[in-house]
Amino acid sequence: MTPTIQTRDLTRLFTTGKTVLAAVDHVTFALQPGEFAAIMGPSGSGKSTFMNLIGCLDRATSGRYALDGTDVSTLSADQLAALRRQELGFVFQQYNLLPRTSALQNVELPMVYASVGPAERRTRARQALIDVGLDEDHHRSNPHELSGGQQQRVAIARALVNNPRLMLADEPTGALDSKTSAEIMKLFLRLNRERNLTILMVTHELDVARYSNRIVSFLDGRIVSDEPVVRAAAAS
Amino acid sequence: MNLQSAVGVALRALLLNRERSLLTVLGIIIGVAAVIVTVAIGAGARASIESTIGSLGSNLVVILPGSTATGGVNVGIGSASTLTVGDGLAIAQQVRHAAAVTPLVVLRTQPISQYSNWQTSVAGVSPAWPFVRSWAVGSGSFFNDTDVDTSAKVCVIGTTVQTQLFPNDEDPVGQMVEINNVPFRIVGVLTSHGHSMIGTDQDDVIVIPYSSLLQRLSTSANGPDIVGALAVSVDASQNVTRTISAISQLLRTRHRIVPPHSDDFQVRDLADIARAASAAGVMLQILLASIATVSLIVGGIGIMNIMLVSVTERTREIGLRMAVGAPAQAILLQFLVESVVLSVVGGGIGIVVGVIASGIAAHFGHFPFTVSIPTVFLALLFSAAIGIGFGFYPARKAAHLDPIVALHAE
Repeated sequence: MTPTIQTRDLTRLFTTGKTVLAAVDHVTFALQPGEFAAIMGPSGSGKSTFMNLIGCLDRATSGRYALDGTDVSTLSADQLAALRRQELGFVFQQYNLLPRTSALQNVELPMVYASVGPAERRTRARQALIDVGLDEDHHRSNPHELSGGQQQRVAIARALVNNPRLMLADEPTGALDSKTSAEIMKLFLRLNRERNLTILMVTHELDVARYSNRIVSFLDGRIVSDEPVVRAAAAS
Repeated sequence: MNLQSAVGVALRALLLNRERSLLTVLGIIIGVAAVIVTVAIGAGARASIESTIGSLGSNLVVILPGSTATGGVNVGIGSASTLTVGDGLAIAQQVRHAAAVTPLVVLRTQPISQYSNWQTSVAGVSPAWPFVRSWAVGSGSFFNDTDVDTSAKVCVIGTTVQTQLFPNDEDPVGQMVEINNVPFRIVGVLTSHGHSMIGTDQDDVIVIPYSSLLQRLSTSANGPDIVGALAVSVDASQNVTRTISAISQLLRTRHRIVPPHSDDFQVRDLADIARAASAAGVMLQILLASIATVSLIVGGIGIMNIMLVSVTERTREIGLRMAVGAPAQAILLQFLVESVVLSVVGGGIGIVVGVIASGIAAHFGHFPFTVSIPTVFLALLFSAAIGIGFGFYPARKAAHLDPIVALHAE
């Protein structure tokens, strides 16, 4: 089986003046389809840079990265954009919903760039919102009228609406209280189990990380541990 | 993303910031409105000048007596009022290209009809006058040579005089009007000629045979054949200059003027004056057009400015759009369409404002109101070009943002 993510000696250097910093330093990593992995590590450990590379938002200085078997290092900017549109879904800490734009329209946004017709956009956006547990009363609400948990559900619906192979979540519960965090994590788990959705998530919180199957720890740009989560049966 | 949805997205974004959008396009509104008004005023002024030139008569040459002040006391005796009926007849007979000649003697007086009285100008002219002035008789007829020979008590009145002396709408032809206590029979009414270039009412006039005026009405001590001016119609415009020198030659001979004495008359080509006025109109139009251009450029800079602000404000949005897979081109298109929509909407409002302003200007400026459709399209096209021209830099800036930096911008 082709891994969803396969990196070999992936390196990202940042040069400021004469100082060269290896934010990601020869990382070799693989994520299989259907896996749900959490990346942990202190600030500056390189986990965000790694996520940016995986998300095709940034280019590696050296090393290889294949997304679902496709080597992305040779792709043009437009091809990377197409990859993000078709294969990836992003969830952010600050939700990044368009302000003064309804939940439905926010979810429709990726489909606008994927040239989906307006009628189909509306249908799929509605279904995606229902799938993530946002009831129809809130579909026409603007982000500021929704709670943090509801906003993050809209963001998750937006990430999933183009049926990506991989969902990338950067501190998805960072702005939420613990009860809401647990709800969002249960949603992640459900999506992972029911749809076999591959998820890579960055988090600070061990409680959150423990919802995943696998915890990868970063330190100084390298992976220092990579262990499966032994879960008590009560989690879901 | 196709163009239609891009326009939709742009309109939504602009409507979310209604007040700012409107203020942004103010420069474009003023610029486009100025262009429309400029063209309307220019066209109106040209039409008005052309009709004035037309109303002056075709290829009109006017001969005026010399001023007594010229050269101080050394002016020859009796040369203050130098033009005579005989000069006019001589020009008509001897100058080859003089198609028609009329003397012009004007008397300011207060004619009386059976209903009313009205102060106006009474002009003594020859039957050639309608031809010379390109001024037709509306009803009735003009007087003829026999009337001149017999100093007949007949007159032709202008429309303003008609409405003043005959306020009850009845046909004045055949009625009597008293001029300086002499009864004149009205034989015709002139067509309306409107305002002259300097704004006087040309229809406020009564025309009678010059002989009748000189012999029956004139109170001046100048003698019975001294006229105020002579008007000559030249047969073709290319002969005007030649005819002016021929007339000057003839009058010098008739008036026995030899060097070093200067002419005791002036010959003027009135169409020249009209052409000068037309040139002044062109200058005014160029001036207005430059103001409009400056305003449009300033408006364009305003759009560029606000688009740059908009790109900065929406950096996160741009980052997100990139993250969900918008190619750089789609971001470029989005912001470009936004600035074009902005400038075209501004141009549209400018056209409406400009048309209204032209209407008002035409009303108060007494010139015909015209809206040139090509100008309207040109203005729209020009504002769209401004949107593209000044919107390109901000749009490019947006499209070249680093998605990671953009996503984490505050």
